[in-house]
Amino acid sequence: MQRIRISYNKGIELQYTGNLDMHKVWERIFRRACLPLAYSQGFHPQPKLQQAAPLPLGFTSKAEILDVWLDSDESIEEISKKIVSTAQPGITVREVKNIPLLSEPLPNLVTASEYLITCDEDLEPALIQNSIQEFLAKTGIERERRGKPYDLRPLVQSLTVESAHPLTLKMLLSSLPGATGRPEEVLEELKVDPFTVDIDRTLLVLNQL
Amino acid sequence: MPYPSEIRKQLRRILPRVQKPGRYVGGELNQVVKEWDSVETHFSLIFPDIYDIGVPNLGIMILYEILNKRLDVSCERAYLPWLDMETELRQANIPLYSLETYHPLREFDILGFTIPYETLYTNVLNVLDLSGIPVKAAERTADFPLIIAGGHSAFNPEPMAEFIDAFIIGEGEEVINDVVNVYQTWKKSGLEKVVLFLQLSQIQGVYVPSLYNPTYAEDGTLTAVTPNSPSAPKTILKRIIPVLPDPPTHFFVPSIDVVQNRIAVEIMRGCTRGCRFCHAGMINRPVRERPVSQIVAGIEEALANTGYEEIALLSLSSSDYTHINELVQEISDKFVGKHLSISLPSLRIESFSVELMEKLKGARQGGFTLAPEAATDTMRNCINKPITTDDLLTTAREIYSRGWNTIKLYFMIGHPEETIEDVEAIVKLCKQVIGEGHKIIGKKANLHVGVSTFVPKPQTPFQWVAADVQESIYAKQKILRDNLRGPGLKFTWSNPKETILEAALSRGDRRLGKVIYTAWQMGAKFDAWQDQYQYNTWLAAFEACGIDPNFYIARTRPLDEVFPWDHISTGVTRKYLESEYKKSLTGEFTNDCREDCNSCGILPVFNDMRREHPGQLWLCPEVK
Repeated sequence: MQRIRISYNKGIELQYTGNLDMHKVWERIFRRACLPLAYSQGFHPQPKLQQAAPLPLGFTSKAEILDVWLDSDESIEEISKKIVSTAQPGITVREVKNIPLLSEPLPNLVTASEYLITCDEDLEPALIQNSIQEFLAKTGIERERRGKPYDLRPLVQSLTVESAHPLTLKMLLSSLPGATGRPEEVLEELKVDPFTVDIDRTLLVLNQL
Repeated sequence: MPYPSEIRKQLRRILPRVQKPGRYVGGELNQVVKEWDSVETHFSLIFPDIYDIGVPNLGIMILYEILNKRLDVSCERAYLPWLDMETELRQANIPLYSLETYHPLREFDILGFTIPYETLYTNVLNVLDLSGIPVKAAERTADFPLIIAGGHSAFNPEPMAEFIDAFIIGEGEEVINDVVNVYQTWKKSGLEKVVLFLQLSQIQGVYVPSLYNPTYAEDGTLTAVTPNSPSAPKTILKRIIPVLPDPPTHFFVPSIDVVQNRIAVEIMRGCTRGCRFCHAGMINRPVRERPVSQIVAGIEEALANTGYEEIALLSLSSSDYTHINELVQEISDKFVGKHLSISLPSLRIESFSVELMEKLKGARQGGFTLAPEAATDTMRNCINKPITTDDLLTTAREIYSRGWNTIKLYFMIGHPEETIEDVEAIVKLCKQVIGEGHKIIGKKANLHVGVSTFVPKPQTPFQWVAADVQESIYAKQKILRDNLRGPGLKFTWSNPKETILEAALSRGDRRLGKVIYTAWQMGAKFDAWQDQYQYNTWLAAFEACGIDPNFYIARTRPLDEVFPWDHISTGVTRKYLESEYKKSLTGEFTNDCREDCNSCGILPVFNDMRREHPGQLWLCPEVK
């Protein structure tokens, strides 16, 4: 058995494919590639796949990471070649590498996510710049998520205007268990309608243990 | 009409607001996208229900591959949006579009609906309306797409005659290309639409309803459906293909979960059993088998193309496939143990079926399904499905003792000759079956009993028969509900109010078009969905049109009645169906036609074809 780590982009073709369905998408890529997935033991054996951090429905990404356990002793070059050749619209594989079998579970390594947000409307960059400054100046932003109060401010590590036309924002949000920042929530605070923007994840910050 | 780029832009705002937006974006593995201007003819196949149900449809898959093989044709797809998306589309004034290139459906040359069952009729109207296309054929000028429809329901096309330009009767593999060719010639000619219709009517297997007029007697029965043009054929003979071609292998792999995610391969088409209630068994004759090697090669290729984890071997009666042993052995050797699940439905009730399934077992999830249909010999003889209670019990014992915990049994009630004793016998039989389970595996044993209600179908020996009245069905279901209880037993049944609609629509005539239109205008859609079906709307529609549904449902039709589908020929003669009907009344059994040809009419009609294709692939006798 070997464990491999795949870095890939998720494009618009898979924008509305949720995390569970992404598992299936990957399982099928491996079946097409004739690369045997390692299955869990027990009555309902499941293939072992682990995504770094769930990507909300509707987002695209240039920073997805997936760990996969394979019942194969093929070389990583061979495996990589097969995966690339059987991938599908919406998936661009960037890197395939080996990971020690017993290294830390992938989700535990994620500390932060960076998003690039392209706004649809003719938003006034100066106005947004202002809102951002106000946002960053605050020491706390009390909000509610599923009926629970939380403070959004400490979850935002950075927030900048990346370009003016089209208006593009860049934000780095905390992705720790129990402390995950969501771009839509930041947008709401900036008075930008989250339904009018494109959100692309551009980076996952991993804590290299 | 909006450009695809505008539609895409508008969708960005809408999709985040609807359930499962993945239904509306396409982009699946194995979809075929061609440059719009690179082809002469734009065709869109449509399944008139939501994406989740339409994507696995095998008919669409087959035709999509065939049409896209042509360099001059681009074949795209569309499905009916769910209620939330329909509201959004109507509000934003976005016409229904194809999933491949986001072109509005009305920009296409030909729209092809597959309509396997009657409860999709209002959805067809809704698709047209959402596309900005007049639903009534007579109101569509030459710049609207040609609207064609096929599928099992087309064997009685009359209720939908008002809405469809041309029906495909029978198998679509070859005729679809003929239709496209005729369309292309007509389009270049610049002639009026009626010329296209006349030319289409010359193709075997194509029925153009506007070229026919029905006449009625004073009692409301039909006197004839006659051509109003001298060149239209009096009878439209269905189209079949002599030899099953290689099965499709580029199945769509949707990026969201749909009802069936699998590779489906027909191992044979047709059935030799002759169960008298079975529409599929009558209209899909003759039986043609695929060679084992072709099936296995198809699966291998499809696995490489899709990565699917499930394989379904389809047929109306798998046990009757001549090389079933060889097929199962080979599939077992090649595919079992690779985390694939393999299904082989429609097995005969005998121990041998358990042996077959055992060779295909993977994780052995799910139950073992059998369809005895009836529980007494009287009913079994009536419907021509002769199984014995002993065989069923032996098979059940075998199933429970070989590792399956759940058996699913399917029965049918509602035949007019059926008595309360026949219904009570279902209870008794099920109790015996679960009793065997308890003896073998104790409390782990489960029995799921599904009881549907018989709907007399056109083109079958029961086309003369009345459907059971609602009160009687309720009473019979009550007996089952009250008694099919106990540890491990689960009972499901069909809603008699839904059955009634199916019964009216399936044997209706052209006058029902008005009812379908009215019901749709009153809001009926998704009639096949239990939670969407509006019984009262349909009753109101019948009433508004001054049509009594019982005329179609609850009337035993005299032997000489003219049927709305008499001019549509399956090849099986009315004389044969009548003799089968009479035999059902006396409980006389008809043999499986592999043993001895029963002269159903198929062979004389497709005589030349059989002569050109001798040998074992057809189960009909050879023609000298």
